[in-house]
Amino acid sequence: MTETASKPAQTEVWITGIGLATSLGEGLDANWAALQEKRINVDEKGFAPYIVHPLMPVTFDSQIPKKGDQRQMEAWQRIGTYAAGLALDSAGIKGNKDILSKIDMVVAAGGGERDLNVDTGVLTAEAKGANAPGFLNERLMSDLRPTLFLAQLSNLLAGNIAIVHGIGGTSRTFMGEEVAGADAARIALSRIASGESDIALIGGSHNGERKDLMVLYEFGDFNLKHKFAPVWARKDHAGFALGSAGAFLVLESKAHAEARGAKPFAKLSSVVADLARRKTPGDMAATLEKLWAKLPKRDGKGAIISGATGAEPATSEEHGFLKGHAEFPVRSTGTMFGHTMETQFPLGIALAALSISRGALFPPNDSTGTEIEMQGAPTQIVVVGAGHWRGEGMALVEAVS
Amino acid sequence: MTAPRDKLGRPVVVVTGMGIMTSLGNGKTDNWAKLVAGESGIRTITRFPVDGLKTTMAGTVDFVSVDPFSSTGLSERMAELVTQEALDQAGIGAKADFPGPLFLAVAPVEVEWPQRRELGRAVGKLDFNYDDLLRISGGGKYSAYHHRFMFGSVAAYLAETFGTKGSPISLSTACASGATSIQLGVEAIRRGETDAALCVATDGTVNPEALVRFSLLSALSTQNDPPQAASRPFSKNRDGFVMAEGAGALVLESYEAATARGAKILGVIAGCGELTDSFHRTRSSPDGKPIIGCMNKTLADAGMTPDQIDHINAHGTATPENDKMEYNTTSAVFGDLVSKIPVTSNKSMVGHTISAAGAVEAIFSLLTLEHQRIPPTINYDNPDPTILFDVVGNKARDARVTAVMSNSFGFGGQNASLILTREPA
Repeated sequence: MTETASKPAQTEVWITGIGLATSLGEGLDANWAALQEKRINVDEKGFAPYIVHPLMPVTFDSQIPKKGDQRQMEAWQRIGTYAAGLALDSAGIKGNKDILSKIDMVVAAGGGERDLNVDTGVLTAEAKGANAPGFLNERLMSDLRPTLFLAQLSNLLAGNIAIVHGIGGTSRTFMGEEVAGADAARIALSRIASGESDIALIGGSHNGERKDLMVLYEFGDFNLKHKFAPVWARKDHAGFALGSAGAFLVLESKAHAEARGAKPFAKLSSVVADLARRKTPGDMAATLEKLWAKLPKRDGKGAIISGATGAEPATSEEHGFLKGHAEFPVRSTGTMFGHTMETQFPLGIALAALSISRGALFPPNDSTGTEIEMQGAPTQIVVVGAGHWRGEGMALVEAVS
Repeated sequence: MTAPRDKLGRPVVVVTGMGIMTSLGNGKTDNWAKLVAGESGIRTITRFPVDGLKTTMAGTVDFVSVDPFSSTGLSERMAELVTQEALDQAGIGAKADFPGPLFLAVAPVEVEWPQRRELGRAVGKLDFNYDDLLRISGGGKYSAYHHRFMFGSVAAYLAETFGTKGSPISLSTACASGATSIQLGVEAIRRGETDAALCVATDGTVNPEALVRFSLLSALSTQNDPPQAASRPFSKNRDGFVMAEGAGALVLESYEAATARGAKILGVIAGCGELTDSFHRTRSSPDGKPIIGCMNKTLADAGMTPDQIDHINAHGTATPENDKMEYNTTSAVFGDLVSKIPVTSNKSMVGHTISAAGAVEAIFSLLTLEHQRIPPTINYDNPDPTILFDVVGNKARDARVTAVMSNSFGFGGQNASLILTREPA
């Protein structure tokens, strides 16, 4: 039902722009160089015992010139708006009003950071006996910044991208953690492939340096603590290290790209997604197998880029699935970039397209033997995105023939 | 005899099941009776203390119990009930086996104050910070809160309960979310990916912080007394919207699939359109071009001209800016017809159900088509002289209605419109 594989009569969809701002750096060259050098940027102290992959600082002014715009956003929106601008630059359409006025945006988003001082101010005052019926109301009315709400609203990432970059097409925001990123790509692809749309901006952004988010994931004991290890080496020390990143892609019909002389990084051939019940062991792996079978035929030089989180039991289930396809070299974005939630899947597509366009898969970085060296240029890369709790997605990125 | 394809050669998308809940009550029958009677669901809030708030009323849904209570839990329960009503009417699929995908419009999810306060109490100290909260959050004691406050949790629950297919999509386009959920369903059927789609929109977020947030943006009415008179769309003395809760569910099918199984067709989603406004985070572009473009795109999508629309179910929030902007943009699209087309705002009675509004109002539009009766805009006793709509003021009006345009506009530059008709064009 959710299959969006391009049928022969349908339009080929190209990836013509990539924007990355991550813990490894800004832009394609910096990220590629860090991957080549197996450089990982983790902070084990700032949030100890929790571990995060902090954003490599960027000069927001270069993509968000108005300070007023920057002030209206919280970090997650600034990161995303910045990365979206990089993607538009990469596609060569920044400032091109004709094209920007018809771009269809599909953004995968969570929510914005809370004001930690307001929260703890209320809670500690209550601990000290403040119990008037209107106490919470009065504190919130006086302490919350009036525009903070807009910096928290999920659809205001897309709203800020539209304002800052002048996008006047359409705008849809998908929520739902990891799989929201896969669904954003899936819907945008199927709209372009069917001729409903010519060009789309998709992606997401995440600020992993947030204690309010850590509380939420700590409820389920999902945070990686004390010591960093590659995703595949966390079985007895499970968890994810939140990462900060923005990853955006410009997707475009082949005809639209050719008409304006744009060159593709790769083509996005298929995105599929599902919701495994995950009630019994093996449910998730079975769903991944089902999605794998739905992808178009893979007869080229293939590889897999996984968004495995390091959380259990999801990571072990995915590992089992990958073992069944051991002929495909695997790379983990979770090891290199941390867990960037809604952004992980667009990030995976971005790295797949980048690897194809640069003629090499980035090197393995793993102590368990799950990731093996790859010789030669990949022509087909499967992106796998299995959520830490729910949701499974898969995409096939291919070289343009 | 009607063609299974529209003028653009795409499958015609019809509605075969509807479920609705608002502050007026549960279900189509109850809601419609109260809506055409001009009853208000707005009342003084009793769910939590309102001391210190500027706005003390809302269209809360207080007749559904959720334990432990959370706004997300209420959204989920309302969505479940309206979905069941829609499926009962459609008679499609089998129990827990809906033959298509789910598109869910839902308010953004976050940890809420009752749970945060529970953590605060559990710290057991007088002075503490987030590190102390973090330290006690793990260990499994609060694992249910992880699931509850995942953005995808409501959709996952509905997908598992009703057996929808594939990956359910949770979406937010602010106050246009309900319309977007319908649009996603329409597109999936038109592309031939599915014969049926379940489109649900729900919002149960009347809680202290949500009220404060909208208050701080000066978006809410403060005419608290009497609460029933607070929501005054198109009136000179309108002063903001009234927050409200509710949910709507629609079963969409291709005309071909619906007729093949002998389903009763309740109406047609003839057109959908959307257009982003990049002017400002909360205000519309002063020239109204994005909204005008949105309405025009929707007419084009339906293959219709303005003279074929004989009723407008307005966004009509009753904020000073929205209603004026909506009139100006509607005038630009409809020209001289603007004063002849009956317009109403359901929000005068049920308030603004935010994420659910687009679906709730689409369902009211379909019921308007079914009953050939337009629900009133209540509290319309002091018309804004600059808004020259033919407002269906205070009393329901019998009318020949063949095609309704339903508009939704939201923060973040979100504009979406739908055109609903009784029969395929």
